[in-house]
Amino acid sequence: MKEKTNVNDIDRSLYDFRNEEDESEYFDSGLSKEIIRAISDEKNDTDWMREFRLRSLEIYQKTKMVDWGPSIEGLDVDNIVTYIRQKSRMNTDWEAVPDDIKDTFERLGIPQAERESLAGVGAQYDSELVYHNVRKEVAESGVVYTDLESAMHDERYAEMIRQHFMKLVPPTDHKFAALHGAVWSGGSFVYVPKGVCLEIPLQSYFRLNAKGAGQFEHTLIILEEGSYLHFIEGCSAPKYYEAGLHAGCVELYVGRNATLRYSTIENWSKNMYNLNTKRALVEEGGKIEWVSGSFGSHVSYLYPMSILNGRGASAEFTGITFAGEGQNLDTGAKVVHNAPDTSSYINTKSISKSGGISTFRSAVTVNKNAEGSRSAVNCESLMLDRISRSDTVPVMDIRTNKADIGHEAKIGRISDEAVFYLMSRGLDEDSAKAMIVRGFADNVSKELPLEYAMEMNNLIGLEMKGSIG
Amino acid sequence: MAHLLEIKGLSASAEKKEILHGVSLFIDGGETHVLMGPNGAGKSTLGSTIMGSPEYTVGSGSILLDGEDITELSPDKRAKKGIFLSFQSPIEIPGITLSEFLRNALEQTTGKHMKLWDFKKKLKAAMDLLDMDPSYADRDLNVGFSGGEKKKAEILQLLILQPRLAILDETDSGLDVDAVRTVSKGIDEYKKQTGGSLLVITHNTKILDALTVDKTHILADGKVAAEGGGELVEEVISSGFEKYIKKER
Ligand SMILES: Nc1ncnc2c1ncn2[C@@H]1O[C@H](COP(=O)(O)OP(=O)(O)O)[C@@H](O)[C@H]1O
Ligand SMILES: [Mg+2]
Repeated sequence: MKEKTNVNDIDRSLYDFRNEEDESEYFDSGLSKEIIRAISDEKNDTDWMREFRLRSLEIYQKTKMVDWGPSIEGLDVDNIVTYIRQKSRMNTDWEAVPDDIKDTFERLGIPQAERESLAGVGAQYDSELVYHNVRKEVAESGVVYTDLESAMHDERYAEMIRQHFMKLVPPTDHKFAALHGAVWSGGSFVYVPKGVCLEIPLQSYFRLNAKGAGQFEHTLIILEEGSYLHFIEGCSAPKYYEAGLHAGCVELYVGRNATLRYSTIENWSKNMYNLNTKRALVEEGGKIEWVSGSFGSHVSYLYPMSILNGRGASAEFTGITFAGEGQNLDTGAKVVHNAPDTSSYINTKSISKSGGISTFRSAVTVNKNAEGSRSAVNCESLMLDRISRSDTVPVMDIRTNKADIGHEAKIGRISDEAVFYLMSRGLDEDSAKAMIVRGFADNVSKELPLEYAMEMNNLIGLEMKGSIG
Repeated sequence: MAHLLEIKGLSASAEKKEILHGVSLFIDGGETHVLMGPNGAGKSTLGSTIMGSPEYTVGSGSILLDGEDITELSPDKRAKKGIFLSFQSPIEIPGITLSEFLRNALEQTTGKHMKLWDFKKKLKAAMDLLDMDPSYADRDLNVGFSGGEKKKAEILQLLILQPRLAILDETDSGLDVDAVRTVSKGIDEYKKQTGGSLLVITHNTKILDALTVDKTHILADGKVAAEGGGELVEEVISSGFEKYIKKER
């Protein structure tokens, strides 16, 4: 007897609880100057930000829909609620967070993680941060970790933010970048001063509870020379029938000889459109390490970009994407080599099952001035059945002949021979397949924060149950 | 009493081509049988079919274990009932360590949880016996192992899982003299510890040195062409398979 498992129900039980919403706090759905102005009023925006939002709205209205990836027809942006007023202001005291919201994050394990293994935590619920806190010794070292809005109103950081905000990802980049510029809300600001190395990570957790709403958080991280930071970002939402939209933006500035590790686990519910833009600018000798796990969403467009702007700068991208039933995940990485002796290493795995579609895109550009640069792209896909799909779309634009570029792609199906081998040692078919998939994902899961790696292993086990037939 | 393993008129095919044409034989508890035959005779097909490989379709006949028909059982169920196959070419599985895999397999076949420490001790002892470097326990299953190391890893699994019937498919092929000796030592140890039965597919006598052969089967063109005792092994090695192969071909 095969055990029938409704994958949707089981694997998401941790995320699928919802809280009652207070609809009076919703702003009108859709997009208009009035709504944008209302958001500005609500946030007490500075003049430049008011203008920035309105200009972004104009760009949004003029820009055509993204058309290179999976269809986003099911998304009706005009009906997305772009802003939900929070019942409480940002807190640095966990006890002061309203009970229902607190309960949400308790269930997701956020406060425990803070106590046990993090240097600081931020938690965003719908449109606004509800909690932000860093350990005392971290704050004393000069590290700033707060919500972007507070930082913007703090004269110590206001100018710094103005100089960096949406400079890496301008609103003209694509339609959803413009939308983000117009309605962005929440997100984190991190500043690490020269030479400060944080040994334990900071983590922000984004939770979209409201139905038919969008989340547009903006994360801005600035690392000064010789510093080190590991930043973890987690996302989830309960499942609704209305499509949800996530159009966040992440801008990372990595100074000379600084290293930033940016880990993301995205587990949005399977009705979410995840159109997220992430970009890092790396100076001389600096390094960006992306670790990215994409499991949720109905449709994803996600290609973190690294711009290697100083001699010897480097980027490493390690990613895994798991597309199950009803999911079309378009993920990948982009690198621009814009200085000599820069290097990039992209290593991704993608798994598709039960009709899921997983497409991997890489774009490596090596400019003329990037002599002596190296780039290696390695992507492997595993399809677990005949109805699932995997594609790889590598793009290379190499403008110097003094660069060392390599690309390797492997697309395969789960091997019957391997399944038989494991079964001949007593493992049932589900366990044998789960073991092969875990093995396939292993060198990526090793890079994930421990609790996420364990969660991923459980997820694979659950996804594999009843996968036969 | 029922035989430990009984194969009755078994035909099996792959990709619509029949490879085994009505093979019959039986093995009793504690016995050592040798299966010989020219390349392409169907020896590996027989071993894999007994283990339940989905590569082969059974057309007619049956496989009985303790008198119970297991022809339709999945490989994992057969393993749980005590059948083991040492593969002629063990497959590489990245991302799973030998030790992690084997502990999982042991817990599955016995249905009992084993403490990590106890398992490690057991594994270490078996690896020592097989002259395997302990670091292999933490390497990915068969990945980058030499031919000889892969075969040793198969015998290591045999020693840990302790089945009632082990089918060894050319475990000695392609090994140097020392490695054959080590592998034989492992097989001998399995016999001593468990008193289990063996079906040894081989072209050589070296691997049989420490064993008493109860019966020899010669397989040619998917059929049992001759049977005898241990003396048949020597005879085949000195005069070849010629007289068993159909002349009309
Ligand atoms: N999966 C398969 N598909 C098609 N032909 C096969 C398959 N497996 C084995 N054969 C064929 O069956 C015959 C017997 O193979 P095998 O059992 O491996 O022989 P042996 O182990 O005795 O050398 C050979 O002709 C081989 O090519
Ligand atoms: Mg063979």
